[in-house]
Amino acid sequence: MRIECPWCGSRSEDEFVCGGQSHIARPEPATASDAEWAAYLYQRDNPKGLHHERWLHRFGCGQWFNVARDTVSHNILASYPMTAPKPELPDANGGEA
Amino acid sequence: MERYSAFALLKNALGGHRHWPQAWRSPELKRQYDVVIIGGGGHGLATAYYLAKVHGISNIAVLEKGWLGGGNTGRNTAVSRSNYFYPESTRFYEYSLKGYESLGRELNFNIMLSQIGIINLACSRHELEIFRRWATAIQVQGVDSEVLGREQIATMVPMLNMSASARYPVHGGFIQRRGGISRHDAVAWGYARAASSLGVDIIQNCEVTGIEVSDGCVRGVKTSRGSVRTDKLGMAVAGHSTVVAAMAGVKLPIVSQTLQAMVSEPVKPCLDHVVMSPMVHCYISQSDRGEIVIGGGADTHPSYGQRGSLQSTEAVLNAAVELYPMLSRMKLMRQWGGIVDIAPDASPIVSKTPVTGFYISTGWGTGGYKAIPAGGETLAHTIAHDAPHPLVEPFSLDRFARGRLIDEGAAAGVAH
Repeated sequence: MRIECPWCGSRSEDEFVCGGQSHIARPEPATASDAEWAAYLYQRDNPKGLHHERWLHRFGCGQWFNVARDTVSHNILASYPMTAPKPELPDANGGEA
Repeated sequence: MERYSAFALLKNALGGHRHWPQAWRSPELKRQYDVVIIGGGGHGLATAYYLAKVHGISNIAVLEKGWLGGGNTGRNTAVSRSNYFYPESTRFYEYSLKGYESLGRELNFNIMLSQIGIINLACSRHELEIFRRWATAIQVQGVDSEVLGREQIATMVPMLNMSASARYPVHGGFIQRRGGISRHDAVAWGYARAASSLGVDIIQNCEVTGIEVSDGCVRGVKTSRGSVRTDKLGMAVAGHSTVVAAMAGVKLPIVSQTLQAMVSEPVKPCLDHVVMSPMVHCYISQSDRGEIVIGGGADTHPSYGQRGSLQSTEAVLNAAVELYPMLSRMKLMRQWGGIVDIAPDASPIVSKTPVTGFYISTGWGTGGYKAIPAGGETLAHTIAHDAPHPLVEPFSLDRFARGRLIDEGAAAGVAH
């Protein structure tokens, strides 16, 4: 894979580390049930298709950013900064979760 | 079922090997079963076999999307061992290893088990200290393991780079002598043949497209070959666990990643053990055909691609060539990938679910093959009694909410 770092441009996959699913909202610790807290800690979407995930340009600029990638074809549909909202993108595999 | 034996071989040889019966039946899918198992790999077939043999249920279908053992059962490096750290894991995997030791006789199918011993290499003084703790923990649980010195390893694995300038110096290690390799296709075929002879319907090229749930109970499955009614549904679909569980509305703490393996061209016997190096995450063995079988860690990103990235291939081969310099002159013959379902604590999930009648076997990560006999037996028990087998009580789905994780990933420092 070639990954588009928002700061460094297109670079080889081996400069990066995948940090898993992105856009996970933390529930309020004081009021969340054990099940909600466990889901926050451990449950991931793991879709067969479009996946929004965090990557770290570890052997480059050292910045975290988001990537929208297809988990079957490994095609990258978008690359965007950490604080940007989740983009609406077509899912080639129909979004099987 | 015609028993395989020396006599049967002789008899069929005289007939020019034209009259061997089919190993298992290929029946039409019926409309109703007592139990349906999704997934015709080792775990699914073993579950059906033990349901029929131990629990007397024979109206069972095993539904397989592709062909038997075409998923991870046929893609692994065929290693069996029980050298785990935590007692829950050691108990389970030791039971499974004992299952492998008698499986050939049990199934009347030669699984070609070779208990050649599994050596873990310590590549630093600190790693050796951790290994002493690890090996002792295994001994305390009554399972064989033995710390090895550097000189012993040099004698046992002559192809290792033991020079003073080695990038990964071998300080010592430990061995489980009963660990070994077997023929993974034979395990799938042996269970299929034995299950089929007990009346289990094995349906290949039959993809499950939906699971019918009403009032919180399983009612049936929709497949590419029509609908089937059942009250009990077992799932053993490594690589697609979250996709299939979602059909029943069950979310799992599982991430799917690619794990690669590769084999060299065949050479004369030169490696008598399975040798693992957790530090650089590379393990090798030699198959009966002479190929050097090489495995490593999983790719780091979620994937359903079944191929693996070049970076991971390079990392594993870099380590292999550093540890075993003679490999540098050999050609790589094949490389492939399988999709492994990894739980947050790198331990399996064999469990009931919030949906009544829906039972899952997942989270085998990078080591499901060694778990097939015990995984099948415990899932069969869980389905038959609607209650977990004692060996898998600690591996239930609700352990995450309870915070009772079994963190083998952290214990070993590598994936399983």
